[in-house]
Amino acid sequence: MTDLSTRNTIARKTAIVGIGATEFSKDSGRSELQLAVEATLAAISDAGLKPGDIDGMVTYSADTNPDIDIARAAGIGELTFFSRVHYGGGACCGTILQAVLAVATGVATNVVCYRAFNERSGNRFGAGVQNRPPVPSAENAQFAWYAPFGLLTPAQWVAMFTRRYMHQYGASGDDLGRVAVAGRDFASTNPKAWFYNKPITLEDHQNSRYIAEPLRLLDCCQESDGGQAVVVTTLDRARDLPNRPAIIAGVAQGAGEKQDMMTSYYRDNIAHLPEMALVARQIWEMSEVGVKDLSCAILYDAFTPFVLMQLEDFGFCPRGQAKDYVKDGNIGRGAKTPINTHGGQLGEAYIHGMNGIAEGVRQIRGTSPNQLDKVENVLVSSGTGVPTSAMVLTQD
Amino acid sequence: MSLATSSHKPKRPRPAITQDIEFFFTGAKEHKLLIQKCSKCSLLRHPPLPCCPECNSFSWETIESKGLGTVYSFVVNHYPQVPAFDYPLVVGLIELDEGTRIVSQIVDCEPGEVFVGMALEVKFLECDDELTLPVFAPRK
Ligand SMILES: [Zn+2]
Repeated sequence: MTDLSTRNTIARKTAIVGIGATEFSKDSGRSELQLAVEATLAAISDAGLKPGDIDGMVTYSADTNPDIDIARAAGIGELTFFSRVHYGGGACCGTILQAVLAVATGVATNVVCYRAFNERSGNRFGAGVQNRPPVPSAENAQFAWYAPFGLLTPAQWVAMFTRRYMHQYGASGDDLGRVAVAGRDFASTNPKAWFYNKPITLEDHQNSRYIAEPLRLLDCCQESDGGQAVVVTTLDRARDLPNRPAIIAGVAQGAGEKQDMMTSYYRDNIAHLPEMALVARQIWEMSEVGVKDLSCAILYDAFTPFVLMQLEDFGFCPRGQAKDYVKDGNIGRGAKTPINTHGGQLGEAYIHGMNGIAEGVRQIRGTSPNQLDKVENVLVSSGTGVPTSAMVLTQD
Repeated sequence: MSLATSSHKPKRPRPAITQDIEFFFTGAKEHKLLIQKCSKCSLLRHPPLPCCPECNSFSWETIESKGLGTVYSFVVNHYPQVPAFDYPLVVGLIELDEGTRIVSQIVDCEPGEVFVGMALEVKFLECDDELTLPVFAPRK
């Protein structure tokens, strides 16, 4: 068991001061590197900084854009800190943790975290690993237990957890659908969302075709082109910058026991997310914020069932009861603690979770397209079914 | 019992085979479903790893599974449709009687007939000259 007592050394010492993104589309028409540079420059400008003020950069190891290429293109100049985080979308808030550690210790001053890709028009994750060459590394060998049998894509890997979850707790397809309906409702009033003005009904969800039973098309988030960047600095510096700081009250990563990448099928109970529970334990302790203190939560929603499991692992409701929590109207518009007010990745765009961080910051600043009243604390989570991360943003 | 697939179909995705996992696919070619066993503390482990998480012994052997198990969970794949496979394709997470779980294809039944807890038995699918896989069918 990890000792959490030293974590308060970085709690509330840093803040997100800039956010910047490209448009979110299905075909950006330009290079992934250009998207990354555009998002980075937009975030730096939003922070009230100049490219030369940036001395650290962090991204996902899944990102194809080297930090040094962005630094050259954007005129950032020297970097004293650069780091990449593994495990797909699980890296999301993990990039923030890297930045926090760097600025809190003085290793860097102002750090950009970014993610940019042509995930829809280029290399689609939904295609899975069918063409992965069998180079004999441990990382590739993992797929030997799935790919030859036809279990090839993220939706298929997730469906295996989902069936067991539904079996154990009696959750139905409608219960999954309610997550999609709530996300698409928020997206319908977010002009930046791909599904702006396109809400769905539970009937639409139930009529959508099966992709990997029990998952239907509308249980799976869209695929998107786009880039998103944010700027992290110390709270002291943040207070001298133009935006209201989104203080990072708690941030943590976690890999659970018997952790696999998307296929942790060999644990005693596969109907929850132990890695997210580990992250939850850390951020609640570090931030001294609890579920009851949240104004909203941005929960990683690449697939609807993992939103239900996250509600349980973060403690919004007891295990197995997310279906009732959702049915009782606790995640949508008008709820006490709504989920994914930007529309989530189901509704706004799939930028590997990075756009969810931006929405958390907007809610703190008061600039969300679906702004809530009196926002105090926002939870943001990262990729599910993989080693992951999360954070709590709070008002100054 | 073995099954042969038609030769004009594209080959299935190849497993990336390291020294840690090679025995499993070699065993399958001989129509044996092998499970890794720690030589020191006898813990069974799947998927295989070079070291025992219980006693940290690097010495291991294999046992041949009886090939009996039950469905712990399963997926019915519809899209995307990869030419190497027939759809709808049922892939199960199967709990073997020996205690370990394994992902494999469920064959010889309609997708709608599969349920959690269903009893299965192994058979061997000779996909092509290079690859034989243990798959599972309803237990007779
Ligand atoms: Zn052992």
